[in-house]
Formats: sequence, structure tokens, C-alpha cells
Amino acid sequence: MHADPKGVLTGVHFIDGDHACCEGTLAAGARFAAGYPITPSTEVVERFASRIPTIGGIFIQMEDELAASIAIQGAVWGGAKAFTVTSGPGFSLMMEHIGYAAITETPCVFIDVQRGGPSTGLPTLPAQADMMQARWGSHGDYGIVALCPNSPQECFDLAVTAFNLSEEFRVPVMMMLDECVGHMTEKVVIPEAESIAVTPRRYTKRPPAEYRPFEPMVDLVPEMVKAGDGYRFHVTGLTHDERGYPSMHGDTQDRMVRRLQDKLKPLANGRALCETEDLDDAEVVVVSYEITSRVAQRALQAARRQGIRAGKFRLVSAWPFPSARIRELAGRVKAFVVPELNLGQMALEVERAAQGKARTISVSHAGGTVHDPDTILEAILEAAR
Amino acid sequence: MNETTLEIPCEIPEDARNPVEPFLRMDRMPHIWCAGCGIGTTVNCFTRALLDSKANLDKVAVVSGIGCTGRVAGYARLDSFHTTHGRAIPFATGLKLANPELQVVVYSGDGDLFAIGGNHFIHAARRNMDLKVICVNNMIYAMTGGQTAPTTPGTAITATAPYGVSEPTFNLASLAEAAGASYVARWTTYHVKQLARSMEEVLKRKGFCFIEVLSPCPTLYQRRNKMGDGLDAMKDYKAKSKVRNGAPTGECALSMTGEIVVGKFVDRERPDYLELLRAQMTETLGDRYAEPEVSCCSEG
Repeated sequence: MHADPKGVLTGVHFIDGDHACCEGTLAAGARFAAGYPITPSTEVVERFASRIPTIGGIFIQMEDELAASIAIQGAVWGGAKAFTVTSGPGFSLMMEHIGYAAITETPCVFIDVQRGGPSTGLPTLPAQADMMQARWGSHGDYGIVALCPNSPQECFDLAVTAFNLSEEFRVPVMMMLDECVGHMTEKVVIPEAESIAVTPRRYTKRPPAEYRPFEPMVDLVPEMVKAGDGYRFHVTGLTHDERGYPSMHGDTQDRMVRRLQDKLKPLANGRALCETEDLDDAEVVVVSYEITSRVAQRALQAARRQGIRAGKFRLVSAWPFPSARIRELAGRVKAFVVPELNLGQMALEVERAAQGKARTISVSHAGGTVHDPDTILEAILEAAR
Repeated sequence: MNETTLEIPCEIPEDARNPVEPFLRMDRMPHIWCAGCGIGTTVNCFTRALLDSKANLDKVAVVSGIGCTGRVAGYARLDSFHTTHGRAIPFATGLKLANPELQVVVYSGDGDLFAIGGNHFIHAARRNMDLKVICVNNMIYAMTGGQTAPTTPGTAITATAPYGVSEPTFNLASLAEAAGASYVARWTTYHVKQLARSMEEVLKRKGFCFIEVLSPCPTLYQRRNKMGDGLDAMKDYKAKSKVRNGAPTGECALSMTGEIVVGKFVDRERPDYLELLRAQMTETLGDRYAEPEVSCCSEG
């Protein structure tokens, strides 16, 4: 199925990452957004508020992030594709509802434009320190998807992908921007609606008597319904059985929670999105994402000029993490260099996946600025020694 | 009180059904509520209201938060959502805006709606969001074992105020009116006819409507405060409640032992959220304004 042309602003634009994100959500079919103002993310919904009244949809500015992050889920069960946008402090407040979306298998998108933390931190300056929070921030075990654009063009493209994955797997999908990517202005090409693939909602075709709301299909994902269609279904944040009824049994809990993780296995194994360069002969691999991947690009070029066989591995989907790819590389390279604007969050994940077969060198900075490319270059040189 | 004897026929015919059964998920019975609890009574009134209002049940959704009353969503045989603690109203807001033909009922407790969820209540009332909020007020956090709520009246003993509550309470009716609710009423579980009628009334009208129902909690609130059982609560409600329709809500505060003012306090016309939105957008954008059509499609 392709995009509804009403929401697609086909053409060549010169816009920032936040605005491009907004255009991506519209192209993907989002017609409902709820938000609460927070720097550096607000421009996403500011543009949505300006665009949506002539397209046909709703933007509502809620009283806080708790409200915004659950209002979108009410809208989804009412039939909409919906998202919210925030940054660090607001992302912290949304955690309970990321868990609610996970357990109720509500397809929706959370856009987090990362800034320096903890707490109020650096409201106007970049960081990448919410990466582990995106994965593990809500209590309990569950699976999510997190995508990491590094340009305004990718903000558009991945916003569409985010919605598509959320519908395919019925999971909350995080769009992990950082302040630099969100506020960077570049050329963005928005294609014709017919060439934008949009994943439809997995509505059931079964009649109400035969429908069980949380009965997994062959790919472990259940089919959906929406309120008002006569199914008289129940959705709860309590552990529930296939009927959607609360259950206090350990075996129901174990079956449900495992499925919430396992349904994402196709993404972890093989479909993980990444961008690679020069890996065939690489002895050192730089693993990076978001704005840091663009700084790392310069360090990689400098390393190659100095004769170091350095390769690039850019995480486009940080979660599920491409463990299998990293493990395979670990068997044939000396080291991974992981620059990031936090104190080594994804470096730990690289190290875990490498299983001791290659060194992992974390090049960390707590944020507020991007790395000096020379710092990354030095780490590459050290790794190659 | 008059002594009455209920005549129970010796043989109940096999096909006999309680008339509220079609409104309930009978496969989930028995429910979790304690003997003497009033929540079931309110649900009974709600089913009567659904019946009498002739609402299309496929188009009624119930949204609950967390707590004893939060379990209502699970027993109502309607599209029903048991959300997170305090967030039934914002969830219901999204549901209503995405699908305005739904009649969205928020059914939750006093702690859920007015402590953790208090901010959402006042903002939904301010917006005049077309939601029907039914608050079962048992004056306590019951599910978690009887802790102080923002409605627990002064000097009552609770699990977290073993020497008596010293905080002032919210007057929910007054709060709802001040925040902008279109309709405000209060009843007790003794007033089943009036409560069902109020519920029917709000199901037929637009705007943010609020019904507070005082309901006994014999297990926690009454036991700790030596106030007897569920029947004693009924006697208490009967003795102390006074119907004062149209009473100024500021004069309707509740106390532990004082008069219980009940009735319909507020019933006023205000444009609701979607009407205001449409008016403003049409004013500003004219023909360019597109009515919200938010539903996404499935394949084919």
C-alpha cells in the first residue's frame, strides 16, 4: 500500500531534521499527534500543528508528557496512526506509557530529540545519552525498535519506516534524533506518494465471535481491531491471556513477555538496518550513529589516508541491536571504536556482541558538543597498533 | 428503617437471567470486589442507564485507570480499556478525538482521578472534552490496602495515617465546576434510581460531564474507622444525604460525619472541544480547513 497523497509534500525542500520528521509522519499516514513543548523537539509538532488542519487530522497540546504519551495510544485504538515528540526530561516521563504500548501491542511512534542530561541538563545542546533508556527505560522485559537518523533526509525516510515497523510488529518505535540532527538544515527530497510504501494496520478479518485480541499469528503478532466496530474487546496493561483478560498465572506471564521480545527476532536477525563501508578488508571498525556518525566519517577518511584499514558500521536501528553482524565482524577485526555522546552506552552493547573476540574502544563525551574528529582518529590509530 | 423480607422463589428457572448480564463479561465473574462494596451497585446503575438511553453499545467505550474502580472496564462487555494509573482521561481524550462517534465513558476511582490523575481531570474539564467521567469515591485507596486519598476526610484513620488524617480534602464537585465541567452531579450508592438517571442523562448530552458516587469500602475505610459494614453505610447515606439540586458546589464539601449533599449541581451548555476547534479553524482557514479523518486503513 502506498502513502495517502494528502499528507505527502512531494518536492525538494531545505528544512531541518525536526521538520523533516514531521513530514515523514504525515507521509506515513499519521493523522494524530499529541505533544508537550520541550526543546529541542518542539518544532516537530509545531509544523504538524500548522500542517494538519488542512490535511484532516488532530494535533492536541496536552498538559504534560504523561498525557501526550497515552493520548496517542487512545487515538490508535480509535483507529489513528499517532505519535508524540519529546526530549530527555519528557522522555523520562513517557517511560510508563512505552511499557503500556509494549504490553498492549499498540503501534505508535515516540520521537526523542536527545539533549544533554541527566535531569534538565543541557536543553539546547546535543547528547546521545537516552539510548539505553530507549531500550530499557520502562520496567519489565519487552521489545522495542529504535531508529537513529543522521540527516534531515533520513529523518523523513526513517519516520516513514518507524510507522511501518510499528504497524508490522505492533510495537512502540523510537526515533532517536539528537539536537544536531534535529536542528540541522539540509536538502530533503520527498518523493511522490505512489513511491512511498506504507504498512497498513493489521486489522482482523474475523468476525467478533471468532476473534481473540491477543492471539498470536504465525509471526507472533496478533491482529488488531479498533473501538466502535462491534468487537467489544478489552485491552489492559495487566498481564493478559489471548482473550485480553487479566491473568495471574506465571505461565501466562512467561508466554506473553517472551512473545513481546520474540516477535522482534526477524528485525534483530538479518533485517537490522545499518550502513556499512569498507568492511571487507577492515582491521578497525568504527561503530557510530546519529550525528556522531558524520563526525566519525571524517576520522575514517583521515585514517584511510594514513593507510589504516578502517571500516564504517553505522547503526540505523540501534534496537534491536545487530548483534549477529557485530559478532561476525569481531571474528576478523582487531577492534571496534565506538564514539558517542554519552559515557559509553552502545559501546557496552558492541562489547557484549563481540564476545571478547575483538577489543572495544569507547570514545565517550557527555554531550553539549560533538567530538573532535581527531579524537576519534587517535582511537582508530591506537586500535590499529 | 422498615424491615423487609425478600421473597426468593424456591426454584429458579434454568433460563432465568439477570437483565444486566448482556452488559457484562459473564465469563469473568465472579468479580474481585468485596462483599458490601458499592462499585458493583454503580455498575448495575450504569447498565440500566445504557439500557434506558438506548445507546448503541457498539459505540460506547469504557476507559478506566487503576484501582478497585479501575476494574470496571474489565467487566463491562463494551470496547474497554484498562489504562495506567491516573491516565484514563488522557487516553480517553485520544480515543474520543480519533473516533468522535464513540461515547467515551471514563470510569475510575477518587485516588486515580484526583491524586495521580488530577492534572488531566482539570484540563479535560477546561477543554470541555466530550467525556463522561464517573468517579466512584470510596474516600480511600482501596486496592492497595486503604491509604489516604485526597478525598479522605479529616481525622479518618488510614493505613498511611494511623493517627488520623490531618490534610484538607478536595471538594470534587466544586473542583469540577471551577475547572469548567458542563455537568456535575453527586449521588451515593443508596440513590440507585437517581444515579442511573444521571448516568442516562450524561450519555445523552455532549461535553465534559462528571458524576461523583459515594460508595462504601467496608473492608478498609469503614473497618479502620469503626463505621460498620456495607449495610451500615447504606443506612448512613440514607440518614445523612440531602437532595439539593442546583446547590452551589462550594457548599457541598464532604466530611466524615456531616451532611451529604447530593443532586445535580451543574448543567450548563458550553461548546465542546471539537466544536471550538472546528469554529476556530473555519474562522482562520475557511475552505482550506479539512475535517479530521484520522482512521487509517487496512490492506484491501
